[in-house]
Amino acid sequence: MAKQSNEPVLWALFSAGGVMAAFVIPVHLFLLGLAFPLGWIPAPSYEHLLALVRLPITRLYLFVLCFLALFHWAHRFRYTLYDGLQIKHLNELIFVCCYGGAIFGTVLAGYLLWNFR
Amino acid sequence: MSDERPPTRYTEYHPRWYRPRVSTWWWLARWPYLKFILREISSVFVAWFVVVLLLQIRALSRGPEAYAAFERWLQNPLIVLLNLITLFFVVFHATTWFNLAPSAMAIRFGGKRVPDLLIVGTNYAAWAAISLVVAWFLVRS
Amino acid sequence: MAETISLEVLRYSPERDAEPSFQTYDVPLRKDWVVLDALNYIKDKVDGSLTFRWSCRMGICGSCGMMVNGEPKLTCATFLSNYANENKPVRVQPLRYFPVIRDLVVEVTDFMTKLQSVKPWLIREKEKPVSDGEYLQTPDQLDRYKQFSMCINCLLCYAACPVYGLDPVFIGPAAIALAQRYNMDSRDEGAHERMDVLAQHEGIWGCTFVGECTKVCPKHVDPAGAIQQYKLTATIERFKTFLMPWAAR
Repeated sequence: MAKQSNEPVLWALFSAGGVMAAFVIPVHLFLLGLAFPLGWIPAPSYEHLLALVRLPITRLYLFVLCFLALFHWAHRFRYTLYDGLQIKHLNELIFVCCYGGAIFGTVLAGYLLWNFR
Repeated sequence: MSDERPPTRYTEYHPRWYRPRVSTWWWLARWPYLKFILREISSVFVAWFVVVLLLQIRALSRGPEAYAAFERWLQNPLIVLLNLITLFFVVFHATTWFNLAPSAMAIRFGGKRVPDLLIVGTNYAAWAAISLVVAWFLVRS
Repeated sequence: MAETISLEVLRYSPERDAEPSFQTYDVPLRKDWVVLDALNYIKDKVDGSLTFRWSCRMGICGSCGMMVNGEPKLTCATFLSNYANENKPVRVQPLRYFPVIRDLVVEVTDFMTKLQSVKPWLIREKEKPVSDGEYLQTPDQLDRYKQFSMCINCLLCYAACPVYGLDPVFIGPAAIALAQRYNMDSRDEGAHERMDVLAQHEGIWGCTFVGECTKVCPKHVDPAGAIQQYKLTATIERFKTFLMPWAAR
């Protein structure tokens, strides 16, 4: 039996995050970052969004989106630093920063959504 | 067998062989490599989107004034520019992801491999449908 | 004499040179000539000291792989006429990421060791006696691995793989594709033995799916696909042993 590596778990999160990011982030970003602020499409009212995010199912969706997208970033960015800059000797530091950042962001998302008024 | 030292898995140094070092900028040398690095860099913009989303949730939670301030921040030209670049990268991520899907998953049906084009096409159709659903929830005001 | 084309060939003599250098040769440009024909012309008529490997001239022995204008190519299948309109010499270099022994000859022991480490042969838990006949296989079962069995070990995929260049312990595209060739074979029972080697960082997890190995493969093996598919297999196995430790081998 090979030694149990964490790599399959991290890769599974990366892949799930990649699927999630590919399917939903472009439309979210187009609306939130461009269409609404630039007035191409009338922005939803504060009350509409508040009601929407108060639904537990929306909050679960947003939490999963943040969690998976951040772990997708962590995995890909870690390998980009390894390959792109040839800084393999900083392996441990990169590992801690990338996944640490993802865990921090996930906890923050959980905190914000759990305590959403 | 298990007591034996495994064979070295790399080529040991040999004084008479010529071994050029890989340049740090190897990914600038050829277009496919640059495209690869850009694809990997797209992950940074995925993370930026999460930051914007978390700021929106926080602003929503804090009340109408905080949310109005968040909406003004989104209209800052620099933020708009950043979001425009982000949109380019997340769409790039989505297209590369869908185009590589058939290679990463060999789906077999009735003993034969499902044609690549069908898998890619299904992905794009699902992308369009999901985008419409998300937009439908957000655009109603 | 007919039209000519210039070849810029990398020369390296371990006895004389500290660094390799390029030497330019003019060779006749013939419609049916490939880069290998040009190299043989140089060797026969111009400079007998030029050293390179070749054998079959028909894309099956896998020994004439070189970098042609920076792309890994089988020189026996790369026509000179494709480069005739570029108005600059055709650059011929040894396969990238391998140590150069002399001129265009590279040292490939590294690949041979790795290939052996993934046990690319049929493994049976118990061999049945010859008198019991062959192991039968349906066309559908053959189809599952046939693509991966087309590999000719030409190593173009290694020369295309930046991960191998940056991290020489990476087992690499062809060896993993050939491991999959046996994993997917209905007659084989050695998948778990190969997993010990493949499911490590030096195995599949080092791969970042650049995808160039598949693009340069002259036999359409799709090593990149083989690696990604194996990542999914290894992940499922990992979750299985996590959820059902008693079932672990």
